[in-house]
Amino acid sequence: MSLPTSQPPHSVAPNSVARVMGIVLIALIPAIVVHIVFFGIGLAVQLTLAIATALITEAIALHLRRQPVRPFLSDGSALITAVLLAFCLPPLAPWWLVVSGTAFAILLAKHLYGGLGSNPFNPAMVGYVVLLVSFPQHLTRWLTPEASGLHPVDLSFVQTLHAIFIGQLPPELTWDAITSPTPLDAVRTGLKMGLTLQEAQAAPTFGGLGGRGWEWINLAVLAGGIWLLALKIVRWHIPVALLAGLAIPAAIMHAVDPGSYAGALFEVTSGASMLGAFFIATDPVSAATSDRGRLVYGFGIGLVAYIIRTWGGYPDGIAFGVLLLNLAVPLIDRYTVPRIYGRAT
Amino acid sequence: MTTRSQTRGGLKLETHKHRSTMRPLRAARPAELLTLPLDQHAGAAARPIVATGDLVALGQPIAEPTADISAWLHSPVSGRVRAIEPQPSALHPDTPSLAIVIENDGADRTHAANQPFDFSNAEPAAIVEHIARGGIVGLGGAIFPTAAKLARAPAKSAHLIVNGAECEPWISCDDMLMRERASEVIAGAKVLCRAVLAEHCTIAVEDDMREAAQALREAVEHAGGGIEVVEVPSIYPAGGERQLITTLTGLEVPSGGLPQDIGILCQNVGTAAAIARWVHDGEPLIRRVVTITGSAIQEPANLDAVIGTPLSRLIADCGGFATEPAKLMMGGPMMGIALPTDQFAVLKGMNCVFAATLRDIQPAGPEMPCIRCGSCSEVCPAILLPQQLHRLALAGEVPELDEYGLLDCIECGCCDYVCPSQIPLVERFRVAKPEVLRYRTMRSMAPEARAQFEAREVRLARLEEERRARLAEKRRSITSKP
Amino acid sequence: MLTAALLAAGFAAALASVLARSSRVVPRSTLIERINDVLPQTQCGRCTFAGCKPYATALAEGRADINHCPPGGDTTARTLATLLDRPYKPVDPQFGITPAQPVVAWVDESRCIGCTKCIQACPVDAIVGASKFMHTIIAAQCTGCELCIAPCPVDCIELRPAQASQLSLSS
Repeated sequence: MSLPTSQPPHSVAPNSVARVMGIVLIALIPAIVVHIVFFGIGLAVQLTLAIATALITEAIALHLRRQPVRPFLSDGSALITAVLLAFCLPPLAPWWLVVSGTAFAILLAKHLYGGLGSNPFNPAMVGYVVLLVSFPQHLTRWLTPEASGLHPVDLSFVQTLHAIFIGQLPPELTWDAITSPTPLDAVRTGLKMGLTLQEAQAAPTFGGLGGRGWEWINLAVLAGGIWLLALKIVRWHIPVALLAGLAIPAAIMHAVDPGSYAGALFEVTSGASMLGAFFIATDPVSAATSDRGRLVYGFGIGLVAYIIRTWGGYPDGIAFGVLLLNLAVPLIDRYTVPRIYGRAT
Repeated sequence: MTTRSQTRGGLKLETHKHRSTMRPLRAARPAELLTLPLDQHAGAAARPIVATGDLVALGQPIAEPTADISAWLHSPVSGRVRAIEPQPSALHPDTPSLAIVIENDGADRTHAANQPFDFSNAEPAAIVEHIARGGIVGLGGAIFPTAAKLARAPAKSAHLIVNGAECEPWISCDDMLMRERASEVIAGAKVLCRAVLAEHCTIAVEDDMREAAQALREAVEHAGGGIEVVEVPSIYPAGGERQLITTLTGLEVPSGGLPQDIGILCQNVGTAAAIARWVHDGEPLIRRVVTITGSAIQEPANLDAVIGTPLSRLIADCGGFATEPAKLMMGGPMMGIALPTDQFAVLKGMNCVFAATLRDIQPAGPEMPCIRCGSCSEVCPAILLPQQLHRLALAGEVPELDEYGLLDCIECGCCDYVCPSQIPLVERFRVAKPEVLRYRTMRSMAPEARAQFEAREVRLARLEEERRARLAEKRRSITSKP
Repeated sequence: MLTAALLAAGFAAALASVLARSSRVVPRSTLIERINDVLPQTQCGRCTFAGCKPYATALAEGRADINHCPPGGDTTARTLATLLDRPYKPVDPQFGITPAQPVVAWVDESRCIGCTKCIQACPVDAIVGASKFMHTIIAAQCTGCELCIAPCPVDCIELRPAQASQLSLSS
């Protein structure tokens, strides 16, 4: 008899990085389905492109870094980056947009810093922001959602492929005809033009909460997020703090001047709020370490996003909020170390 | 008594105690040859006071303590000393240690000098001295010589806590002891109370140990009351000394300090029972309850075994191996020591022999980089940030490791258990601790050494000054002479 | 245009004055103290300087490198490297080897002749005794500097691992 004599503990929970990432991916499925219902099959094509690019670039990067390819490729982290990035891009965006963004995210925002576990910035957000800053016009071409009553047009699968890969719409359509501003964009532009909030929100693109289509997507994301909370994959600190960071200033400003500032409910159900709260800001690698630190981190993201949305130059500020707070994480960590048992401070 | 609120962290683990507690406690069959390593307690190893060929009686002292923190060792049977030679020890399976090997003559002749001790009229110091002579050590796993611990307790300990909160899965020796020999535990608690002049005494059990709690309460009543039986939430590691103290009293043991600093003394139920046997029956620490369990064992049970009994004998007493174990360990799955074979003997500190199959344990998978998920800090009972400690340990940042509390880690394994990246955190921390301890020692000695050095410089300068003054005086007296 | 230039200049001046007070520009005496605080105070002289404070002074003046201290080990070298913004190097073996565990000196009383040479050599007064009286080492105060070993004319001092109870550990 010669038995193994490794160190304790001799039994661990049946957990793995792949399991955690896999559950997160499953939690995104409702949101993906709802997105496709409202905006057409374009997202499925973007997802395919993003996932393929992510896996290929990750394999190349691991090979260049002389790391074992198989365990890292199968851990699912690149898949999540790809899915989140594809989600943030318009469904008919040209193919090279999602491919370059994903490649940038994986190669530069992840592997250049040391791969899994070493990236100080959220790779999906880095990819998105690079695209936003470099090709702004492509990122404003959001489709008019179903059920908005604004002559939505259903593109067939072939027409979708045509639009994405060749950049051409069917002859009878123009980009202007099929796209419309997102609710956040509509509110911004409306307010700038002197409309009151209520007038801006009277447009048919607005539903009960955050804009037709968009509110359903946010709710589907929320459902997925709550499932993640129940499974303890994600803890409540970042999502709650982020939504509070959006809701509290919004509620204050809305109370001060209801005609010029959007309310809390609108803020948390439009744009990337829910996605940011449950899936993007909760990326553990780039987030703060302790619970208290995560509260500060989440709140900071929400606050920065609110400021950019209300007074800044972009309709949505989640991505910038995440990146700015990623920068602040070492500082936050330094000041939010929990008091160790038995110590006075 | 009501269950009190739990401290932070910890894991809810399945106890797996049913199979080993189905049958009553019984004695293991006597063995022909008993092996007794001399270093089976914390502190300095004992020194033999018998020689090869000597006849020994049951309970006769065969090795004496060699330092302040050391313990007596007694022969568990009557017979002859076969040899004093290096033998494997389950405490450190890779290195043999000097051991006394005794042939059992089966007669069980007891050592005449071992007599019951009247503790009710004795001074606390005398009780402590007597406990030392019984070779009593902490049977909860720390194997710290009990008398040394009691001698260091403040003259008047406010609170004695008897720890029956057996929290590690699969181990049930304390549970069985409390169920079947509660009166022994209570008797031992009373001796301890007198030894440290305790004002309160509490026995803690986990809230799923119903029979044990019942048995203890009945025994307390029989013994005239005065001891509170409290149930604590069954969350691993509820039985960890610091965690238990905080759960019961709300007080925290200072970092780097001991429970005695806040007027608390903690002893395991097994230790209390051993003290009772020594004081009331004159039997020193020569046997203990050992849990033989695991899916690889035919009929898991708790056995009352004399120390020195070969493990193979205990396993045979439980029907032998049902199947080849995947892993064999002394202790439980969270903190146990893995053994390469069953060729080891029962030690004072051996609470459990766990022969596990892959149904019982989930070995760790391949290690991935830390994804900073924070699951580890969520479960840490010492409120540490294991992910930071891991990062700092990899980088060799010793002062920061001390700051982030590496030396406060109790090595419970909770962080290691939950880590999705399967990082062997306990192993990493164990490797890093000696370096941090060295650093801390150096830092704590530095101010005093500096003060001594500076005082010496001042003194040498003063002596030099005085010497010069005397020389000058002498020169003056010479030159001023006519 | 002028306002912008004046504002920029004013801002730059304010920033410069703040930076000038930053910790990078530390008065020399404070720096020596800060370095000395990091050193183990063994006072052994292996660094080629006559004690820890002289070594700290040499470090502050740039006359010595950070890897001269074996009792401090690589940990101290790393801390010094960070403190003085110099590249880290492990302790140079020519100055000595860092002991694997703390050691203290021990006098073999059967051979001690009471000459007081070791008492005079000990930089932290950890040896008690007098001329023609037995000498003994107070283990709790011995830093393991080994300066007593060479002067002993009968070679009766040796190094032993420090017992846990001899180490004064305060958190």
